[in-house]
Amino acid sequence: MNALLKSREMWLAVAIAALIALVSTRYAPFAEPANLARVFNDTSILMILALGQMAVILTRSIDLSMAANLCFTGMAVAMLNAAWPGFPIPLLIVAALGVGFVLGAINGLLVWKLNIPSIVVTLGTLTIYRGATFVISGGAWVNSDQMSPAFIGFQRAALVGIPVLSWIAILVIAAFFILMTRTATGRSIYAIGVNPTASVYAGIDVGRTKFIAFCISGLVSGLAGYLWISRYVIASVEVANGYELNIIAACVIGGISIAGGIGSVGGAVLGALFLGIISTALPVVNISPFWQMAISGGAIILAVVLNARGERKQGRIILKKAEAA
Amino acid sequence: MSDTTANHGPRRIPDRLDNPLWSAILSWEALLVLVAIAIFAANSFASPYFLGPWSLSDLTFNFTEKALIALAMALLIISGEIDLSVAAIIALASTLMGMAVQAGVGAPGLVAIGLAVGLACGAFNGLLVTGLGLPSIVVTIGTMSLFRGVCFIILGDQAYKGYPESFAFFGQGYVWWVISFELVLFLAAATVYWFVLHKTSFGRRIFAIGNNPVAAQFSGIRVGRTKFILFCLTGLMAGIASVLITSRLGSTRPSIAQGYELEVITMVVLGGVSILGGSGSILGVVLAAVIMGLVTFGLGLLNVPGIVMSIFIGLLLIVVIALPIVWGRFRRRV
Amino acid sequence: MLLDPHPARFAPDPPRKGEGTKPRLTLSGITKTFPGVRALHDVSLSLYPGQVTALIGENGAGKSTLVKILTGIYQPDAGEISVDGGPVSLPSAHAAFGHGITAIHQETVLFDDLSVAENIFLGHAPKTRFGTIDWKTMRAHAREVLATMHAGHIDADARLKDLGIANKHLVAVARAMSIDAQIVIMDEPTAALSAKEIEELFLLIEFLKSEGKAILFISHKFDEIFRIADRYTVFRDGEMVGEGLLADTTQSAIVRLMVGRAVDHIFPQREANIGARVLSVENLSHPTEFDGISFELRKGEILGFYGLVGAGRSELMHAIFGITKTSAGAITLEGRIIAPKSAADAIEAGIVYVPEERGKQGVVIGLPIFQNMSLPSLKRTSKSGVLRLKQEFDLARAYTERLDLRASSLSQDVGTLSGGNQQKIVIAKWLATAPKVIILDEPTKGIDIGSKAAVHGFMAELVAEGLSVIMVSSELPEILGMSDRVIVMREGRIAAEFDNKGLDAVTLVQSAAGIAA
Repeated sequence: MNALLKSREMWLAVAIAALIALVSTRYAPFAEPANLARVFNDTSILMILALGQMAVILTRSIDLSMAANLCFTGMAVAMLNAAWPGFPIPLLIVAALGVGFVLGAINGLLVWKLNIPSIVVTLGTLTIYRGATFVISGGAWVNSDQMSPAFIGFQRAALVGIPVLSWIAILVIAAFFILMTRTATGRSIYAIGVNPTASVYAGIDVGRTKFIAFCISGLVSGLAGYLWISRYVIASVEVANGYELNIIAACVIGGISIAGGIGSVGGAVLGALFLGIISTALPVVNISPFWQMAISGGAIILAVVLNARGERKQGRIILKKAEAA
Repeated sequence: MSDTTANHGPRRIPDRLDNPLWSAILSWEALLVLVAIAIFAANSFASPYFLGPWSLSDLTFNFTEKALIALAMALLIISGEIDLSVAAIIALASTLMGMAVQAGVGAPGLVAIGLAVGLACGAFNGLLVTGLGLPSIVVTIGTMSLFRGVCFIILGDQAYKGYPESFAFFGQGYVWWVISFELVLFLAAATVYWFVLHKTSFGRRIFAIGNNPVAAQFSGIRVGRTKFILFCLTGLMAGIASVLITSRLGSTRPSIAQGYELEVITMVVLGGVSILGGSGSILGVVLAAVIMGLVTFGLGLLNVPGIVMSIFIGLLLIVVIALPIVWGRFRRRV
Repeated sequence: MLLDPHPARFAPDPPRKGEGTKPRLTLSGITKTFPGVRALHDVSLSLYPGQVTALIGENGAGKSTLVKILTGIYQPDAGEISVDGGPVSLPSAHAAFGHGITAIHQETVLFDDLSVAENIFLGHAPKTRFGTIDWKTMRAHAREVLATMHAGHIDADARLKDLGIANKHLVAVARAMSIDAQIVIMDEPTAALSAKEIEELFLLIEFLKSEGKAILFISHKFDEIFRIADRYTVFRDGEMVGEGLLADTTQSAIVRLMVGRAVDHIFPQREANIGARVLSVENLSHPTEFDGISFELRKGEILGFYGLVGAGRSELMHAIFGITKTSAGAITLEGRIIAPKSAADAIEAGIVYVPEERGKQGVVIGLPIFQNMSLPSLKRTSKSGVLRLKQEFDLARAYTERLDLRASSLSQDVGTLSGGNQQKIVIAKWLATAPKVIILDEPTKGIDIGSKAAVHGFMAELVAEGLSVIMVSSELPEILGMSDRVIVMREGRIAAEFDNKGLDAVTLVQSAAGIAA
């Protein structure tokens, strides 16, 4: 669609390729397809969450409550599973989506109807949702032995040699691609980020569009809630504590502008993959995993600096016009 | 648009119209005082142990460290910026103090290191934001990972212990009877920040920048420099908080003060500081700190777990912000 | 929905001027009140197909409120809107859109980071049978629309950001065409255009007329109005005070309607008492905005800077005020070379600047009057950094009374004041710093006539007291009425310099546009 954005994602892809090449000089099997597929699978949940956050950031908002939503929904479905092991998994996923959606919609309603800045709303709901997790669980954990084999096994089952978790991620990426580029809602999300005033004149309801974005981020948080719990097979109040900032980090590295309106599905996915590769690569090249956080912090700062250069507006060039005349 | 008077010729314009007393009664701070009194009353009804002097003294430890940072954060947010890295600065300062302990540095040296690290981290944030013109929310998410990441590199899953006896005073000592050093330091700092924000030209410039940075620049205010100073101050306060926390806990882990940044910001916003910049008061922030301390401590006495208290804090934040909006709409309709 | 590709449509319709045609849109009895302000009172307006109606009025006359009502942003308190004879309601922008009403705004409110095609079709993009956006068809339709407007040179895939302002206008018009809008509102469309671009816009308006669109054209420029419009409607203070065919009226008759009184005595008579050189600028240059600027300013002088919008005048003033970095040249104030690196430096040296964008750069909305006033003087009103409110109020009162500010108290938020009173505060704020040179950039843009006279009168007082004034203005009467000397800038360079004795408007306009006299 436009050359600059394309090139931004291209550069990120190049950086990721270089990273993989660098790691494989120390540990050749890293670049093997099977391993890369594993990295993708490991990063699936972060990718899904980053896409939801992207929808919100594009509208000039932010959702700090995604990890808390994930934690609450994860606990809810884990308890559902523990209480009723025969509950079919597809229905359980629908339940997770539903719970996540409701929590996202609460954020969205507060932003839309009361016009409270999203950072304040989600700062509040972040603590509320996590606290509510404690309330429904009574502070107890749900352990792997309380979860049904189907609950744990669903995402691990292989379909055409690829785990279901990866398929879900691929499906979500495809859905977001269609949503963001091919639907009126997706384009409205971009439009209100680029120019809210013009959006009003174009007949777009800015508040309602923000609400939809928060519903989307709630929906994916709910999905990620089930996926996270069934992957790490423990549900507790501490699940994904502080993870909201990793999600935002993936978006920032992926070139999504915190000022809204700029960013793409590809960027969010690559941003998440970049973080995912670093976390899987460190142990294999014998760097302590404790380096991971500092490296991603450095990457975020670097990404912001580079993105800011790309976004810098050109002045009106009066003189050039004069010379051409 | 609404020039209420239109008589001709030069005339004397009054300084102000509204009665200062009346506007004080209708202020945000008054609302916070009411909330604080209500929670205080509820606490004293709910638990017989609440009203003891030692119990009230313990209460203050719940907020003093975070509130110290909130004072500087309030100024920063009023100026239109934010710093999410404060908790990570606490961790980094604490880690480096821990390293110094291993090298045999004494208490004065440790304090100096804590403050210097805080100041340096704040200056680093400030340089990235004002020097390169980057959005502070993203920059400080980055430095937050970076600073805490360095702690993990240094410490891994280890912890620093063995802080000298004399160092314990800062976080555990009492100046007089039940009055802790932390409380005295906080009250002193709050007074200084109140004076700076509300009574000096520096404070006035912060408000101007927060309301309209461009017009402020066009009025001869050095916007970048002012914001840089505020980032440094916020870092410094995080350094001070680090000294207090490290002294109180007597140990340093890389996960120290995790999640404090959001609590500090909650305190600031609850205190009536606009997250969009341009308005707020130190009194409000102090009251919000007290309220958060009361809620946490009161529910603690009732054996309500900390995580459930956070629900109350979160609800309080949203309700207190939403209330004036809903009330305003209601009044307009009537 | 799209343009009918049938060639017969493109033959210009026979002229349908005159009273015989039925109006496409009628407003009657429209009233709109905001807290404390009556924006519109019982106004009527009719727009006819294939005709351009000029909406004329001073700033604050209610034009922009009317546009917002027509586009569904505001709801009128009373009155009726009908399209093609049937009453309609416009509860939202979307509804206005649905009735074929579209607006092309002052600052072309479009989407910089979206493509041209999307800017044209946002909100009504062609869909595939799955309900998703059909980009291929959308691009093809965009190209089609642009081609019919003779704007085929615009790439439908380009980002709007990369287009010039004139091409952005074309995209905005293409958007109007794509929704088959029957009623097109153009809100000061020429404000940021060069002479050549204005010509192109007029061709476009002719095209829209030939398509049978009813056009509302809002402009301050009489030459444009008389060239392009068929009818006029004049607003004053929220009321409709006159309407008719332009062919039946004269410029001065319309001006009389606008201001409600004769305008001959607006400019103060003054005896220029010009002294020694105060400021000299030598070869001041900027990489992209201006080049080789040299001029002098003397004590007690008003130096006018005339030029078209976008000639680089504001950028030059920003450089002298220390906001914009220069690449070469020197500024000398009272014999001393100054190189201001910030506004603070310039103010300290004695140069102050009243910006064109009052709301963005002039006043700090959210702060009360007295705090706005004392902002650059805080060093004097405070003592070792500690505020002294009494000094601040005294300072604010002294200057606001001198400028005859209308406010209920000095603690009132400046945001509650009218543009004219805000401008008085900006000027007063600078006077309190006791400057040597005051630069006024479009000092009376968007302010009411009373405040305008007050600002002009005050400028005369200032120079009489020995201050030196640079006045950037795009208003010919203001330049001719106030300046001692006039410098004309064109495309970032000084085009000419005139002594304002017997200077006439035609000379200035020709010089600014680069037309040989």
